Amino acid sequence: MKIILADALTIAAKDLRNELKSKQTSGMMIIFSSLVILIFSFAFDPTNNTVKAIIPGLIWVITIFSGLLGLNRSFISEQENDSLTGLKVAPIDPSSIFLGKVVANLVLVTIVQMLSIPILFLLFDYKFHGDLIWFLLIVLTATIGFIVIGTFLAALAANAKNSEMLLPVLLLPLLSPLMIGAVQATKIVLEQEGITDAISWLQLMAAYDLLFFAACFFLFEYLMEGS
Amino acid sequence: MLELKEITKIIGDKIILRNFSLALAPGESVAVIGPNGAGKSTFFKLAAGLMQPTSGEILLNGEQIKKKTHLLKKRIGYLGHESFLYSALTPLENLRFYGKLYKVKNIEEKGMELLKAVGLHYFKDIPIRSFSRGMIQRLAIARVLLTEPDFLLLDEPHTGLDQEAVSLLNLLIKERQEKGIAILLISHDFEQVIQVCERVLILNKGRVVEDKSIDHQRGLMPFKNWYEAAVSGK
Ligand SMILES: Nc1ncnc2c1ncn2[C@@H]1O[C@H](COP(=O)(O)OP(=O)(O)OP(=O)(O)O)[C@@H](O)[C@H]1O
Ligand SMILES: [Mg+2]
Repeated sequence: MKIILADALTIAAKDLRNELKSKQTSGMMIIFSSLVILIFSFAFDPTNNTVKAIIPGLIWVITIFSGLLGLNRSFISEQENDSLTGLKVAPIDPSSIFLGKVVANLVLVTIVQMLSIPILFLLFDYKFHGDLIWFLLIVLTATIGFIVIGTFLAALAANAKNSEMLLPVLLLPLLSPLMIGAVQATKIVLEQEGITDAISWLQLMAAYDLLFFAACFFLFEYLMEGS
Repeated sequence: MLELKEITKIIGDKIILRNFSLALAPGESVAVIGPNGAGKSTFFKLAAGLMQPTSGEILLNGEQIKKKTHLLKKRIGYLGHESFLYSALTPLENLRFYGKLYKVKNIEEKGMELLKAVGLHYFKDIPIRSFSRGMIQRLAIARVLLTEPDFLLLDEPHTGLDQEAVSLLNLLIKERQEKGIAILLISHDFEQVIQVCERVLILNKGRVVEDKSIDHQRGLMPFKNWYEAAVSGK
């Protein structure tokens, strides 16, 4: 287990170093999320109080759609020089490839969130009064679930033609329960309603995360297995 | 000892390898030659654990290669048609990454040594995106040697290399062989086959049609004639 973790970190570090050098994916993700925020801030009048109601939804729209850009790249980038085969013949457990990719994608998406959510609040003139800890916990839990399923499906889709189109088609339906929970819980925290409701959504999301993490973790080696 | 016992590989409804058997002892060097599409690379993929045979078994030191035995893969160094390298990273970063996955000790030292051996140490800090084909092939060779395998599977390692690199590579292979490492070499370049290997298999349409030791005295022309006769089916 310790070795799986160490290998996963090696792979994640390699991916992040790659990204740090090219800044291809992260650049696209940040530009995309900024554009979404900008367009929405023009489309809706931020001074109108009812507009605040769309903020929770917007947070997740940004996360999912900019995240998709990163997820698409994470396995496609391994096809250059067929380096995924290099990982397959290496003496590592296939699960560590999955774990490494999850960590790298999570870091990328979290960075985009850390930049875009404050900008979102700023442009929509929203003063954050809610409980920051709960807010972060909710965002993190839902993001982990999204990345776990997304990474698994990205690996699945990478073998197919038109994988860029296949990934959202597979991913979005699977994510809907998680996203309903995420939007509801975020709304509760941002509007400072009873935190107990948010906690039950959080529990639901955590259960969803665990379930899918276990399933993806164990199924991943079948994805990596050759014919 | 690497043993393949009566391997048959069928993809779709196409038989790619039929009843293929081979035993490779430490320090042995065997060339696998044959026309395009004969199944040579498929044989390597099976031996490296990238594919599972349809029937038959592959044993490495008496243990079967399966997904659970991924630690056995450390024994095998596989150089494929592709380089498996990351083009945004520098040669040293690439070696460092694979070194870590293979749990190589003294990665920095060995990495530098190998880069010198393949003549890339002046380029060690340049992303390999800008490298020429031969330079990438040199680095791919350094990558396989870094992990210190007991069995080297080299699939057309001489492609794209210049004269100097070819003799460097032959030297590196010989060195490894003297240390008791077993070599399997796929090549269309018979000159190198005769230089490096002691035994040769001819694969044609998924079947072994010839298996004999190379007579180094006889030179290139008789070897070519023998190959042509074997492949054309006399
Ligand atoms: N994944 C696959 N699916 C279907 N057929 C395949 C697959 N891989 C290989 N083949 C077929 O198997 C045969 C042998 O392929 P292989 O790559 O082993 O040839 P080779 O001997 O290495 O040829 P070359 O000298 O050109 O490298 C070919 O006819 C090829 O079409
Ligand atoms: Mg081949």
